[in-house]
Amino acid sequence: MGKVYDVVIIGGGPAGLSAGLYASRARMSAMIVEKAKWGGQAGTTEELENYPGSIEMPTGPKLMERMKNQAEAFGTELVKDEVLSIDVSDKIKKIKLGSGNEISARTIIIATGAQPMMLGIPGEAELRGKGVSYCATCDADFFAELEVVVVGGGDAAVEEAIYLTKFAEKVTIVHRRDQFRAAKSIAEKAMKNDKIAIMWDTVPEEIYGDGIVEGIKLRNVKTNEVTDFRTDGVFMFVGTKPISDFAKGVVEMDQKGYIMADEEMRTSVEGIFAAGDVRVKSLRQVVTAAADGAIAAVNAEKYIEKNFEN
Amino acid sequence: MIELDKDNFDSEVLQATGPVLVDFWGEKCEPCKALMPEVHALAEKYGDKMKMCKLNTTQNRRLAIGQKVLGLPTFIVYKNGEKIKEISGAENCTPEAVENLIKENL
Repeated sequence: MGKVYDVVIIGGGPAGLSAGLYASRARMSAMIVEKAKWGGQAGTTEELENYPGSIEMPTGPKLMERMKNQAEAFGTELVKDEVLSIDVSDKIKKIKLGSGNEISARTIIIATGAQPMMLGIPGEAELRGKGVSYCATCDADFFAELEVVVVGGGDAAVEEAIYLTKFAEKVTIVHRRDQFRAAKSIAEKAMKNDKIAIMWDTVPEEIYGDGIVEGIKLRNVKTNEVTDFRTDGVFMFVGTKPISDFAKGVVEMDQKGYIMADEEMRTSVEGIFAAGDVRVKSLRQVVTAAADGAIAAVNAEKYIEKNFEN
Repeated sequence: MIELDKDNFDSEVLQATGPVLVDFWGEKCEPCKALMPEVHALAEKYGDKMKMCKLNTTQNRRLAIGQKVLGLPTFIVYKNGEKIKEISGAENCTPEAVENLIKENL
């Protein structure tokens, strides 16, 4: 048998990187497997003013770069690969990777996070990359001097709407309620911005265009009136869904696929922990993800001390 | 990989014979940059069968919009100057998906 890691962390966002840092500092052998980009969702969030201490350089990519370097500096192994499945039938768990490799681990921390959800309205999938976007930092450049619609009313929607005003001529936020769910400081900043217009009690029905986005059909939920709104782009921030398919049937989840874990980040299976956005929790932020990662790593260490002889 | 811009896009892509892959990326697109090493590896692997190109949309915005690309990452296969197939968006543009796009259109 090859090397057995003390902990294999699945996902390289703030939860996973923080878990790696804490595990490596505790002199556990730790590996983080990330399938796409280091930093997770925070890696594409330009305005990140709510992570304590990040006010001087408040961008997501820079903060995540520092977190990654920090974990690596303390000895965490970073691997780019996709986890296909995990086998927890033995005390030594097996992680099967897309590259064909298999890793053995005493504990696993699932920190795969979440990804933007699609609404599933007509035109949304067809016009993806042609004006429909889920990533403001990726696509804002295209909309210089154009007009865009932002759908949603949470932190992500309102923060990204503010970011988009640096490029677009006009940004219209469409929200299904009559007030934002976003933090008050962010909401106030948006309402004071001359380039931002807000349509309350409104939901999108259809996005249309011949090859590229030309407009969106909007329905007022109070009057049921449908209006045609011309726009060059639609940015969707209507919530997230967990990345947990590979762990279905292994650990307990809620009906949406978020993993159930207790205060100590322990899942329904001994030796498997969950941290960050993939977990059932009330506040999904970089700061809570990082905290989860630290707690998971400390409890992984406790589990190993109790269950393995060294 | 061939770096495209407004001066060579026509000759390298639209007037080329045989399949051409274009990786539309941007300087602020983190998913695009994270994907780049894998794309370079695929370019090595399939470069003798398909022409492999990339377009920096930050520097060539109008050219990208002219190709109806307003979102990143986007990969398009052209054949005889026409778009044959494209994929777009970070979750859709995995290394496996890009490899499949190449293999299906050789």
